[in-house]
Amino acid sequence: MALQAVTSRVPLPDLSRVPAVDEVGVNERVARFQSRSIKKSSKVDALKLILSMIDLTTLEGQDTPGKVRQLCQKAIHLHDSMPGLPHVAAVCVYPTMVGVAKKALVGHDINIASVATAFPSGMSTLSVKLDDTRMAVEAGANEIDMVISRGAFLAGDHRYVFDEIQAVKEACGDAHLKVILETGELGTLDRVRRASVLAMHAGADFIKTSTGKIQPAATMQVTLVMLQAIRDYYYETGRMVGMKPAGGISTAKLAVHYIVMLRETLGNAWMTPEWFRFGASTLANDVLMQIMKQSTGVYQSGDYFSKD
Amino acid sequence: MATPENKLAFDGGWEYAPAPESTEHAKIDKRYGLFINGDFVAPEKGRYFDTLNPATEEKLSRVAAASDADVDKAVKAARNAYRSTWSRMKPAERGKYIYRIARIIQERAREFAAIESLDGGKPIRESRDVDIPLAAAHFFYYAGWADKLEYAFPGRKARALGVAGQIIPWNFPMLMAAWKIAPALACGNTVVLKPAETTPLTALKLAEVIADAGLPPGVVNIVTGAGETGAALVEHPGIDKVAFTGSTNVGKIIQRALAGTSKKYTLELGGKAANIIFADAAIDQAVEGIVNGIFFNQGHVCCAGSRLFVQESVADEVIQKLKERMETLIVGDPLDKNTDIGAINSAMQLEKIESYLEIGQQEGGEMHQSSCRVPERGYWCRPTIFTGVSQSNRVVQEEIFGPVLAIQTFRRFDEAIIKANNTPYGLSGGIWTDKGSKIFKMTQSLRAGVVWANTFNKFDPTSPFGGYKESGVGREGGLHGLDAYLHLGA
Amino acid sequence: MTTKRIPVAKTYKIYIGGKFPRTESGRYFPLEDKKGNVIANICRSSRKDFRNSVVAARKAQPGWAKSSAYLRGQILYRIAEMLEGRRAQFVAELVLQGATQRAAEIEVDTSIDRLIYFAGWADKYQQVFSAVNPVSSSHFNFSVLEPTGVVSIIAPDDSGLIGLISNIAPTIVGGNTCVTLASESRPLSAVSFAEVLHASDVPAGVVNILTGYRSELTEFFASHMDVNAVVYCDSGKKTARSVQVLAAENVKGVFGRTRTNWMKDDAQHPYLIRDTQEVKTTWHPIGT
Repeated sequence: MALQAVTSRVPLPDLSRVPAVDEVGVNERVARFQSRSIKKSSKVDALKLILSMIDLTTLEGQDTPGKVRQLCQKAIHLHDSMPGLPHVAAVCVYPTMVGVAKKALVGHDINIASVATAFPSGMSTLSVKLDDTRMAVEAGANEIDMVISRGAFLAGDHRYVFDEIQAVKEACGDAHLKVILETGELGTLDRVRRASVLAMHAGADFIKTSTGKIQPAATMQVTLVMLQAIRDYYYETGRMVGMKPAGGISTAKLAVHYIVMLRETLGNAWMTPEWFRFGASTLANDVLMQIMKQSTGVYQSGDYFSKD
Repeated sequence: MATPENKLAFDGGWEYAPAPESTEHAKIDKRYGLFINGDFVAPEKGRYFDTLNPATEEKLSRVAAASDADVDKAVKAARNAYRSTWSRMKPAERGKYIYRIARIIQERAREFAAIESLDGGKPIRESRDVDIPLAAAHFFYYAGWADKLEYAFPGRKARALGVAGQIIPWNFPMLMAAWKIAPALACGNTVVLKPAETTPLTALKLAEVIADAGLPPGVVNIVTGAGETGAALVEHPGIDKVAFTGSTNVGKIIQRALAGTSKKYTLELGGKAANIIFADAAIDQAVEGIVNGIFFNQGHVCCAGSRLFVQESVADEVIQKLKERMETLIVGDPLDKNTDIGAINSAMQLEKIESYLEIGQQEGGEMHQSSCRVPERGYWCRPTIFTGVSQSNRVVQEEIFGPVLAIQTFRRFDEAIIKANNTPYGLSGGIWTDKGSKIFKMTQSLRAGVVWANTFNKFDPTSPFGGYKESGVGREGGLHGLDAYLHLGA
Repeated sequence: MTTKRIPVAKTYKIYIGGKFPRTESGRYFPLEDKKGNVIANICRSSRKDFRNSVVAARKAQPGWAKSSAYLRGQILYRIAEMLEGRRAQFVAELVLQGATQRAAEIEVDTSIDRLIYFAGWADKYQQVFSAVNPVSSSHFNFSVLEPTGVVSIIAPDDSGLIGLISNIAPTIVGGNTCVTLASESRPLSAVSFAEVLHASDVPAGVVNILTGYRSELTEFFASHMDVNAVVYCDSGKKTARSVQVLAAENVKGVFGRTRTNWMKDDAQHPYLIRDTQEVKTTWHPIGT
């Protein structure tokens, strides 16, 4: 990988002043969120909120226009037999599929998110990554999910990581930028916290946990640390940054835990799809089944919900 | 680093619907006798008193007021059981009885949790996830020591003391019963236990478990009552050992009463623990540690972190985050699974707390409370902090035993130590720092029986607990907790 | 005319990685009762079975060691509960293998109580054998016990059950995993004990039990390079020496527990736990 230093006059945030993170303490706080009992109307409200926050995703080498069209169909028609459901926040695809998605979603208020910057590894030159970004934006993506250069970050080259994010943000134009930290490769919660701070100062509109292509993907622990980083950044600058956990959230129950965590960490202002997303492919159906169970009182079967 | 001008909003928005724990499986009798010699018997003088649910002020049951004669009966039953059965039993077999108690508590855990919350006011989530599992674990731990005492004290032969008289408080009723009964039995003693008068029910249910476990009659006796019953037990000539957990004032009374007798005693009394946050702490976890230290269990915790010392450079940030965290704490129905802070245990205790809130403000402290709703009936106190107070304030010196935190700042390590130790108490303390050597320096310098580093209010049956100075004498839990119930001969 | 009900004969397999396979070698040896009737065909385990067992034990070891002492104690207590529930079966099997009814009952009861004994040590041996060391420099210094890892155990031949349990229990309560060679003359109880383990929340691979010929397997139990300690229980100077020589190849801990009457009270003590533990000492400065 060619390390192209982009000289920038923007000073780096002082990462040495980022508070330490105690893993055991984080686990305990997460356990408290998981012990919240969300029932009845608050459960249904949470489930509908979750649906509205989903970025319906397909990011596979084997994706084809047909597959993407089916995904978009699902995005528009989650479960027509149940009226009053919100639609998902976005579909998320590779840059070469953005055009297909755009056509399929004409007339619908669903965002088109594209991964970019040599997703998922990020192992390429800056110019390739910027081209990747621009291509996606030109094809019609209004949200870009980029990956940071983990190697550079782990080697301590924060300047490189920062400048790269700034450059991608510029290439996004009006599109909003989500910065994927790939927390599963960062190793410690301390690094997750510092990477979050770096990304936000570099201009991220959202910070995102994972590509979903390695294990572990999103966990409540890394998400909590990122939410706390967002909060501290908000205190300091007054600017809100969104958050997206991605990968590994496939049950409604778990998604509700995340909503509890969001609620109790950042409060009401973040409780909308404008500021929080779930990167998920199979979550939607489990949420739909739970909504159905709440209204009928009967446990559901996957056979009755479309698998696109 | 952070300038907390931008605030977060926690009021309104998405709120949690009521999530009540079902109590229909919890069996509470209309009236309970005294558990003496393996049976529930009526009190000699026929007197009973009510036990209330502090969240609703409704009567749950009537329990017996044990008179001197009842206490005498219980002690005699314990002595008889000790002499004729318990002291003659093979230690491994004693252990098996204690294992049975542990197992049955585990089986009936949910029922115990519900009753604990009904009777004492603590949230069901705490009873369910902390109190009852820890109580069972205590019995498990000590069951295993029964036949292994020869390894606990090098060069000494361990023998039981005989009959132990035990008096426990209302803040962790079932857990305190376990802390007292388990080691006593494991060491070969028999027991007469008096639960607190506002929280007798789980001790009485434990009596049922003890009967179900088949323990020989008289090995454990439970006598309910108030102060007079406790005094009768302490002063009874037939007991060999007194174990008391409660206020420092009563502890001193007991110590005086035992002077001149040959009775051994352990006292676990009050505290006013310092919780110290350094600038290099993991700040968010430290804030959670403050909350764990003083707000959970309604602050009814002897080892509560009731004095916060925060290093001045991070004080604003910590206090801001603490206030926001306080806004997400739910005060309410103890039987609601989402309740974080339950009811204050009694009208009397609430009065005491409220008088301190008055005192604190009169002394010039700035009081801040969370803005949550509280129910109309019942005894409630919102989480409260005082800033602008110092070591000379009464709210900083005296134990309030409620969800009230006094906050001071400090600049240097030695200053924190001096102020932390500047108290007649010495039960516990907390330190929050990312630097290991500071932790060990703190643990070396703090005059307290329990030091929590980067955590707070953690308990385990293997971990000894007890205080220095006016916080008491003796340790409970762990290998060191065996001492209290043994005579160590040459 | 009534026909007597034909009982279903049990097939005795071995226990590896939480499963009950037959020996990969396909070989067996017959176990006969006093009258010369064949009771069962016992798996004649091969070195490959042993090799597979070590792989399973190694895989299970980190997770088992990380589990809390409380959990390990609970699991050992559960094993005792399960064994108590099957008391009659175990008594019958010992009788089948030549014991008197009375002796069999005492052996089973002692085995259950021994499990409870070691269950009770799970969260205590650390307190008895660890130390905080008052070094003269400004350091906090503490020594703790840590499990050595994978232990191979050659159980006593003259005991079907108590000898087996008396060696497995202290080994695993300390966080080790093990591969055990059952008694050659009384192998049935070991296999049935594997079934009890399986019903007791013991994670797969923590205990692995093989049956077979000592003469074939001892050398592998002693020489395997991924085994951290070897325990042998039969006296016999020649075998002892050969085990010790082979163990030296990777400097295993070697523990000969010969000439022990496993039925007696003094056969149970926490030093059996300490044997398969390492001592780790840590230093950290005390200062600001």
